[in-house]
Amino acid sequence: MSFIEISHLRKSFGPSTVVHDFNLSIDKGEFVSFLGPSGCGKTTILRMIAGFEKATSGSIRVGGSEMTNLPPAKRNVGMVFQAYALFPNLTVAGNIGFGLKIAGKERGEIDARVAEMLELIKLPDLGGRYPYQLSGGQQQRVALARALAVKPQVLLLDEPLSALDAKIRVSLREEIRALQRELGITTVFVTHDQEEALSISDRIVVMNQGHADQVGTPSEIYNNPATRFVASFVGTLNLFEARVVDPAAGRVSIDGQPVVTRRDISAFGIADEAMVALRPEALTLGGGDDDRNTLTGTVEEVAFLGAVIRVRVRLREARVSLDIFNDPALELPKIGMPAVVSFKKEDLLIIAPS
Amino acid sequence: MKTNRLSHWLAILIGTLYFLVPLAATFEFSLRKIRGVYSFEAYRVVLADTQFKSSLGFSVVLAVVTIVFGMAIIVPMAYFVELRLRKLRPFIEFVTLLPLVVPAIVIVFGYLRLYNSSSILPLTNFTLGTNFLLACGYVTLALPYMYRSIETGLRSIDVRTLTEAAESLGASSGTIIWRIILPNIRSAMLSGAFLTFAIVIGEFTFASLLNRPAFGPYLQLIGANRAYEPAALAVMAFAITWACMGIIQVVSRNSVAARP
Repeated sequence: MSFIEISHLRKSFGPSTVVHDFNLSIDKGEFVSFLGPSGCGKTTILRMIAGFEKATSGSIRVGGSEMTNLPPAKRNVGMVFQAYALFPNLTVAGNIGFGLKIAGKERGEIDARVAEMLELIKLPDLGGRYPYQLSGGQQQRVALARALAVKPQVLLLDEPLSALDAKIRVSLREEIRALQRELGITTVFVTHDQEEALSISDRIVVMNQGHADQVGTPSEIYNNPATRFVASFVGTLNLFEARVVDPAAGRVSIDGQPVVTRRDISAFGIADEAMVALRPEALTLGGGDDDRNTLTGTVEEVAFLGAVIRVRVRLREARVSLDIFNDPALELPKIGMPAVVSFKKEDLLIIAPS
Repeated sequence: MKTNRLSHWLAILIGTLYFLVPLAATFEFSLRKIRGVYSFEAYRVVLADTQFKSSLGFSVVLAVVTIVFGMAIIVPMAYFVELRLRKLRPFIEFVTLLPLVVPAIVIVFGYLRLYNSSSILPLTNFTLGTNFLLACGYVTLALPYMYRSIETGLRSIDVRTLTEAAESLGASSGTIIWRIILPNIRSAMLSGAFLTFAIVIGEFTFASLLNRPAFGPYLQLIGANRAYEPAALAVMAFAITWACMGIIQVVSRNSVAARP
């Protein structure tokens, strides 16, 4: 049985429903990310798990216990906020020990646990400092330690890295993942940053307008997006309206050029329209072997992005973007020159409508 | 540019003179009790007056009661408005401004009609009841200042997130207010408290109409019967008020310095 069971969860604010019939099971020790744009309902679900929002209907069970109507203070759920939310009047040690003090633990036990948590977040000497004396990254580490100090059954992270600069964001997310693995704590992480979600999650829930559009491992979400929304939200994608030529053989036509997909399109009829997609990194300049699909067009734009160079090729009507690794020895294509792009047959994705 | 700066200084100078000259004149006059020499005789007389001590003591006690009573009502109210009823904020602000619009004399006559000796709740029948009524009146008078101070303090911290963080750690509402909210709005509370103190110390209308021996009516009594002592009292009242304002400044500055 799953550790967290969310069943038919719905949340309305007046006439507006922000979460529709949401269902999810999370195993013990799993790291699940809710990924989606602003207003998709991801934070609302997290807040319902924490008890800060009351569900309009549905249920939330954690560790077999019904939590839906329990006040936040009784849930034993640790929460880390985007804005750190450290208590300004308390020192780092005071913040970390706050929950233990509330729980009525002995002074010695609190001190030992605080020291343990400070070691865990690699700030052993900063217990006496106040939050305003710490950097953003340090404050968020302390917030994490404070949430973990009470040994919660679930750790909830509400966009904890959003307020940090890019470098610290990357290092802290790795630290969070390492800590989560070390402690084996079931974690729900909310983010709108796809890279963050892809890099640290066991599973990702891609949220769209109050629904879960797709639930899967990062690889499943990226390589086999279930809907057009997932495909366009996660990573960069070339999307085309293709026409089905031969469903049995997987033949379709993109912008009048025939290609073959290894994906199952038997549900389509001849001349049906199908939404197909190609990741930029799946495409290469040049024809390649016979087993690859090719598309011809003209180079329209060449953009230097650091590690990769993004080339945009105009077919007849459609455009396709492809990424090539930056190599100083590489001769870049010139704008306006004819170009052939190729891709493997299994890389042509078939996207279900949202 | 130079003319502009000069006009700024001129405006400041005129303003300063407007406020300081009468005060300096009052101070100078208060020193003339003994003909031909400057002395603090008027101050000595005032300080030796038992009525001065008792009326000031009464007002100080009442100011403290008003502050405690007012804070006990306003802090939780402002906290819950900030936390859960933000839509009510304009309405609450309007209500808290009413004491500035409705004259004190109207309020006190209202009290006298509601709580006189022949009413259901005859608070004016006994001294403690009348003192309680006076404290309630002072809370009303101080409401605009106290509420604004507290609200400013609450707005300077993220009340909602701090509350949620404490709740997720198992804290009850009372614990959150006591251990998290109050320490973080301490300087705002002190500002409100000193403003209230300054208002209560000099208040005349409520105390006079409720016939209580407060400092305001004492000032009026002395002013009507003596020459130099009222000037000395006026300077002392100014000193008390300014001391309160000075403490507010120090408290606010310390608070700002503590959290850049």
